[in-house]
Amino acid sequence: MMLYSEKVMDHFANPRNVGEIEDADGVGEVGNAKCGDIMKMYIKVDNGIITDVKFKTFGCGAAVATSSMATEMIKGKKIEDALKITNKAVVEALEGLPDSKIHCSVLAEQSLKSAIADYYKRQGVDPEPIVGKIPECESCH
Amino acid sequence: MEKRYIYADNSATTKVSESVLSEMLPYFTEEYGNPSSIYRLGRNAGRAVEDARARIASVFGCQPSEIYFTSGGSEADNWAIKGVADKLFAKGKKHIVTTAFEHHAVLHTCEYLAKKGFEITYLPVGDKGYVTAKQVEDAIREDTALVTIMYANNEIGTIMPIPEIAEVCHKKGVLFHTDAVQAVGNVPINVKEQGIDMMSMSGHKIHAQKGIGFLYVRKGIVLPNLIHGGGQEKGRRAGTENVPAIVGLARAVEDACADIPAKTERISAIRDHIIDGILSSVPASRLNGGIEHRLAGNINISFLGVEGESLLLMLDMNGICASSGSACTSGSLDPSHVLLSLGLPHEVAHGSMRLSIADPITPEDGDYIIEVVKTVVEKIRNMSPLWEDIKNKKQGTERWLSFVSPVE
Repeated sequence: MMLYSEKVMDHFANPRNVGEIEDADGVGEVGNAKCGDIMKMYIKVDNGIITDVKFKTFGCGAAVATSSMATEMIKGKKIEDALKITNKAVVEALEGLPDSKIHCSVLAEQSLKSAIADYYKRQGVDPEPIVGKIPECESCH
Repeated sequence: MEKRYIYADNSATTKVSESVLSEMLPYFTEEYGNPSSIYRLGRNAGRAVEDARARIASVFGCQPSEIYFTSGGSEADNWAIKGVADKLFAKGKKHIVTTAFEHHAVLHTCEYLAKKGFEITYLPVGDKGYVTAKQVEDAIREDTALVTIMYANNEIGTIMPIPEIAEVCHKKGVLFHTDAVQAVGNVPINVKEQGIDMMSMSGHKIHAQKGIGFLYVRKGIVLPNLIHGGGQEKGRRAGTENVPAIVGLARAVEDACADIPAKTERISAIRDHIIDGILSSVPASRLNGGIEHRLAGNINISFLGVEGESLLLMLDMNGICASSGSACTSGSLDPSHVLLSLGLPHEVAHGSMRLSIADPITPEDGDYIIEVVKTVVEKIRNMSPLWEDIKNKKQGTERWLSFVSPVE
């Protein structure tokens, strides 16, 4: 059976930045209901800086904790710095995840990228050269 | 609301009872002899094992010689099914009838045999989770070696009509095995009267320790030896007997089967109160499995827009131990095969919660569970983008609605 770190449990029990941003500059959603996890991320961007971020997640404890941690890691960061945040960094910040839960951290990275891609689209900029391709949920395809 | 601690996962395992423990204790440090030894200490241990066998046989209406101690339910299931398969394959019998929602100890054993050339019929269990004797009768063929059907389902608590199923098996001349791990202590079982040829059970579900159980094998059925070695269990399963565990098992069986009707009435009243309380206060929820012929302590409810593991973690924070059939808790990508066998979509199965209550649960504990579940589901839904989609009637979500109570 898997064990969650104290940090994961803290972010699950007291998730940071839960909610929605009504006038968000970018919204990203990844995952699907069939697999049992969906992450939706909202960002507010000012002068190339992510000034606010909120999330909603349907999923397991690790899904909630990774989204919460990812929002903390990008808040106040420049977009290009936020894009450098990998799923591995999220796992490290959470002091580890069980192997079977690594995909949650991948999803967290993707939800963040997906919100940034949406921001670029709204600006009339093709996001793919900057953000890269966001793959479909691997476990379902 | 004052925080309580409620262990509501008795279908996973149970606490060893005081009465069981106190019967076991002398066999660790006083009567610690090897039952095979000739001197008094050994004889005493041997007598304790045979006495336990007789006590168990008397509860289930069989001969002591028909009880074989095992490490638990999984071993008993493996032995019965592979043993019969092994014996009858040579006679051209290569078909097994079972159900779609058996425990993995049965299902994976059948899958193993399928690779060895057996054909397996997995009977569907309908949307309420029952099989009928008629289904079994229709599935039996000339080359059927064995019918193996669980007495009661471990996730949704539905109880199968075992005596009728056994009857059609005998009419057709086919051996019948049942995994009764969840049924013992909940349903009065007399193997002779009910026509059961082989039955698996496990001690730790009824307040004995983990790692002990038995396989009942009707006289006349000869299974291949499971463990080669010494003469224990008539040479069928060698290895020095686990004397304290066996003694504890006998006491646990006696205690669990002592007053089934009164216990059923007491526990099922609390079960129904919890089910009604949750279903009436939490929208978009459903009871999984029929309420008729259901284990007294089993509650299995799905909540749309909620993921099971999150639910369990939050229940745990509130002092409630429960389990779930979500993919996340099963360690695989798919949710529970039991819930899927009822025809539930993945999305509904992910949000499931199983509570298995037992003594000393009180009606007040029931009230506490209802309140906590209500609050926790609401909390999870508030942060669930899926719940938002469902409430906004987003395309694609409507196909789940027919499975649950109204959303608003």
